[in-house]
Amino acid sequence: MSAEQLVILALCLPTIGIVLIGLAGRWPDIREAVTLVTAVVLFGVVLSLLSDVLGGARPEVSLLEIVPQIELKFAVEPLGMLFATIASGLWIVNSIYSIGYMRGNDEPRQTPFYMCFAAAIASTLGIAFSANLFTLFIFYEVLTLSTYPLVTHKGTEEAKRGGRVYLLLLLGTSMLLLLPAIMWTWVTAGTLTFTPGGILAGKVDGLTLGLLLALFVFGIGKAALMPFHRWLPAAMVAPTPVSALLHAVAVVKAGVFSVMKIVVYIFGIDHLAATGQSQWLVYVAGATVLIGSLVALTKDNLKARLAYSTVSQLAYVVLGAALANSMGMIGGSMHIAMHAVGKITLFFCAGAIYTAAHKTEVSELDGLGRVMPFTFFAFMVGALSIIGLPPFGGAWSKWYLALGALDANQLAIVVLLMVSSLLNIAYLLPIPFRGFFAKAPKGTPTEGIKEAPLPCLIAIGLTALGCLLLFIFPDPVFDLVKLIDTPTGQ
Amino acid sequence: MAVLENIVNHYNHWITIFLMVSGLYIVVARGNMVKKLVGLSLFQTSVYLIYITPGKILGGTPPILETGFSVYSNPLPHVLILTAIVVGVATLAVGLALVVRINEAYGTIEEDELFAEDDGQL
Amino acid sequence: MSGQFPALQVVLPLLGALICALMRRGSWAWAVALVVCWAMPVISWLMLSEVLANGPISYAMGGWAPPWGIEYRVDAASGFLLLLVSLIGAVILPYARTSVASEIDEKNIPWFYTMFLLCLCGLLGISITGDAFNAFVFLEVSSLSTYGMIALGKDRRALLAAYQYLIMGTIGATFYVAGVGLLYSMTGSLNFVDVASRLGEVESTRPILAALAFITVGMSLKLALFPLHVWLPNAYAFAPSVATAFLAATATKVAVYLMLRFMFSVFGVAFTFDSLAISEVFITLSLAAMFGASLVAIFQENVKRMLAYSSVAQIGYITLGIGLANQTGLTGGIVHLFNHAMMKGALFLLLGIVIYRIGTVKIEGLAGLGKRMPITMGAFVIAGLSIIGTPGTVGFVSKWYLAVGAFERGWWWLVFLLVGSSLLSVVYIGRIVEVVWFRPLSKEGKAATEPPMGMLVPALLLVAATVYFGIDTSLTVGVASKAAEAFLAGLK
Repeated sequence: MSAEQLVILALCLPTIGIVLIGLAGRWPDIREAVTLVTAVVLFGVVLSLLSDVLGGARPEVSLLEIVPQIELKFAVEPLGMLFATIASGLWIVNSIYSIGYMRGNDEPRQTPFYMCFAAAIASTLGIAFSANLFTLFIFYEVLTLSTYPLVTHKGTEEAKRGGRVYLLLLLGTSMLLLLPAIMWTWVTAGTLTFTPGGILAGKVDGLTLGLLLALFVFGIGKAALMPFHRWLPAAMVAPTPVSALLHAVAVVKAGVFSVMKIVVYIFGIDHLAATGQSQWLVYVAGATVLIGSLVALTKDNLKARLAYSTVSQLAYVVLGAALANSMGMIGGSMHIAMHAVGKITLFFCAGAIYTAAHKTEVSELDGLGRVMPFTFFAFMVGALSIIGLPPFGGAWSKWYLALGALDANQLAIVVLLMVSSLLNIAYLLPIPFRGFFAKAPKGTPTEGIKEAPLPCLIAIGLTALGCLLLFIFPDPVFDLVKLIDTPTGQ
Repeated sequence: MAVLENIVNHYNHWITIFLMVSGLYIVVARGNMVKKLVGLSLFQTSVYLIYITPGKILGGTPPILETGFSVYSNPLPHVLILTAIVVGVATLAVGLALVVRINEAYGTIEEDELFAEDDGQL
Repeated sequence: MSGQFPALQVVLPLLGALICALMRRGSWAWAVALVVCWAMPVISWLMLSEVLANGPISYAMGGWAPPWGIEYRVDAASGFLLLLVSLIGAVILPYARTSVASEIDEKNIPWFYTMFLLCLCGLLGISITGDAFNAFVFLEVSSLSTYGMIALGKDRRALLAAYQYLIMGTIGATFYVAGVGLLYSMTGSLNFVDVASRLGEVESTRPILAALAFITVGMSLKLALFPLHVWLPNAYAFAPSVATAFLAATATKVAVYLMLRFMFSVFGVAFTFDSLAISEVFITLSLAAMFGASLVAIFQENVKRMLAYSSVAQIGYITLGIGLANQTGLTGGIVHLFNHAMMKGALFLLLGIVIYRIGTVKIEGLAGLGKRMPITMGAFVIAGLSIIGTPGTVGFVSKWYLAVGAFERGWWWLVFLLVGSSLLSVVYIGRIVEVVWFRPLSKEGKAATEPPMGMLVPALLLVAATVYFGIDTSLTVGVASKAAEAFLAGLK
């Protein structure tokens, strides 16, 4: 199969999956099997594309012209390939987890749930493989719309309110800021295609460049850069597999991926570095890192704490982009992968704790580790990866980000990275430690609580293992990331 | 003096304006639905004058071909206005029919009473 | 035969109306109307294809040559509009059978179809004619039949709405004909092409300026430009569902076309935009419509009224494109004529299905309907997404062109206002989505099931069109930009 056909197949598979899942709705086991088979086949297709891209291929598929001179077009390049691999790989794990969680909690309306999941993955791949800003924007909006039913799945008043914030913030930022930015780019640069080296050099300079960058970065609300981060904690009303999807697999990753892609392929790292117009973004991202971590410290609700942790961690990627040098870009791109695997572990554990013990607050978790050792051990693994300590994957991305900060002579950022790691330790590590070593709070006995359902545990195990493997074998990620922004054949 | 001459010479336009404005005023100021329709008809007649009066060429004869006469008044505006009058009559008829039905349904054709009827929903 | 198409386009509905008036059974009248309405798009499509291939078609009514005879002239813009109106009519008729039968008394049904065909005749006539006074006649034909159609609505407030529309619509049409009269007295002709060529000598005289002003205001009343839109919400809310769907999709669009014809073809873009501050006025009023009407829509309890206010806002988009007066902006405005017709037609047809099943359009009545009527409500969401302007739907295409047009003029602030008003539509569409899918079933909703195929298929067809033409824009944007080009070039 040619690479172009693989790209089409990768996009069609989850779309067909939506229909098949809907048809299989009345037989839950078959329905779950459809999801898993689709996810596995998709991952296989993505992996074969991966080997092509690592070999230097850059397949392109042009579908049709929606507006004259602007096409619906797909092109696979290293950054998009990385994102697609993470998304499709984690879909498998997330589906395994969902089976355990949804059945364990006896959630209603499971068929629409799995259908929307497939739709979200389809849009994610559309974003990953987009060849121009227009295609990216279309799938970006479709992603927002396909995840809305997932966020409001519980159907309660709280879910409705959370859904409202989610929708209004994401649609608001994309319509008010991102779309005008895209139009502005179109009118000034005459093209919207992602090109190595960027398309704005010589066309937009100085303060206008900074302004355009601001419109883009704040317009991509999914990157949760402050002050447009509120949708993330609001979306915590969703069931945990959805939170995992939002935070690790698709939504936020689509956000920071778009930021990175736009910085590299629309603005061009060298153009940004030369004009120095991204310095303000370094400050904003740095502030988000810090404030996010500080707020996470104050949160007792476990999912809320993890949400603010995500806000803070996403800003790392934006920071990497803002540093406008190749080390920063490498560190930020690697962090897309490392954070994904680490965070999904944490969310899986949170969901497992909810399913098995019905506890949601951190203060209730003392001593729980002794009856749920597997879960809490995995939590520790994920936490260490997020904190950035070896032997877990997060260490690599933090390392490269620090190198990038040094390259850009931003010692303050290096300090910030260290401070933020300390804060991460403060809000993440107490959870497993107290789980194992503290006494259970009075009146809440821990007998009778068992580990979460088996599918959940399998998923948790896989992702925790992933954190470890990403440290030991970072080369696939690293090789891919090194190829970003380079012409083919290098 | 020239101004006065100007005004007198354009008396047809002044009449048009008077009819137009008074018709519109009645539509807006009167609350009775039939009176509104009267005002509307008045307003429409002003437009007839806009067509017909310029059609009368000063020094022109009625538009019947006859040797010895070279300047004829324009017959086309009259034709157009016949059409417009028919339109006006049709509008008046539909309007009055509606008024009759409204009277049957509400018992009144005064605007303020009607407004009060449906909790000001109109 | 094909040479007579322009005349047939108008004469067939007229004859059909006559036959319907003689019918005594509702279903016979419906059958006659169906045949006529299905023949219309065929004629329009054949004419439009010829225009796109060979240039404008000119037809002399009765064999009398223009400029003394009445000329029917089909070019890209009028052909586009003819196709739109006839397609909407063709899609709505199958739907009308059940809807009209349930909303109007049996003895009045033939009269309804008579009015419908007369309205169709009038609208098609306005689009095709090349004579200014002829346009007035057709304008009044369509308007009078519209007043009749609205008055047939169930609620007694339909009568008041029809009356109010009658008063305002007649004032509008009378202003229009006053303007035409002034033009006629200065140029001596009523034919568009002829007037345009004669305008050169008398251009800067006061009667010509007055004529432009009268025509613009008159047509603005008819197309419901803010603040002359007051008749629209009540007329749409209380009319029978079929009437609302048809009117929302066609009547205002044809009025826009007529105004475009005068502003650009007859008077010419240079004269129009330099002598009167049309650009500024239109842009201001359009923004007021977009924001004001959307805000009012958010607080409506009657969903039909909510969509009516949404229509006023969407008309603001069209007039914004006119105010921009450059190729891209005007293309955006013209393509939105088509796109909005699809969107609003679909939404009102779907609402008509809801009325048919549960008998109310109060928003509380729609609670929980998503569980009982998932296809209908799902289609409603998709059409709603188009109103919001989601990429992949027609609404996005119009917005793109309008915004790029504004950018090209250097009015970047206008771009932000444009997308900002779309955010307001997220609120009112979102409100409906929440009520329909998140609340428990209302007592009216308990009776609901999916509607009969005859009603569902036309509605779904229009919804599918909103997605299809949002992705494959070659037809709509292609014709719209040709029309915009022709308008900007003028007829001189």
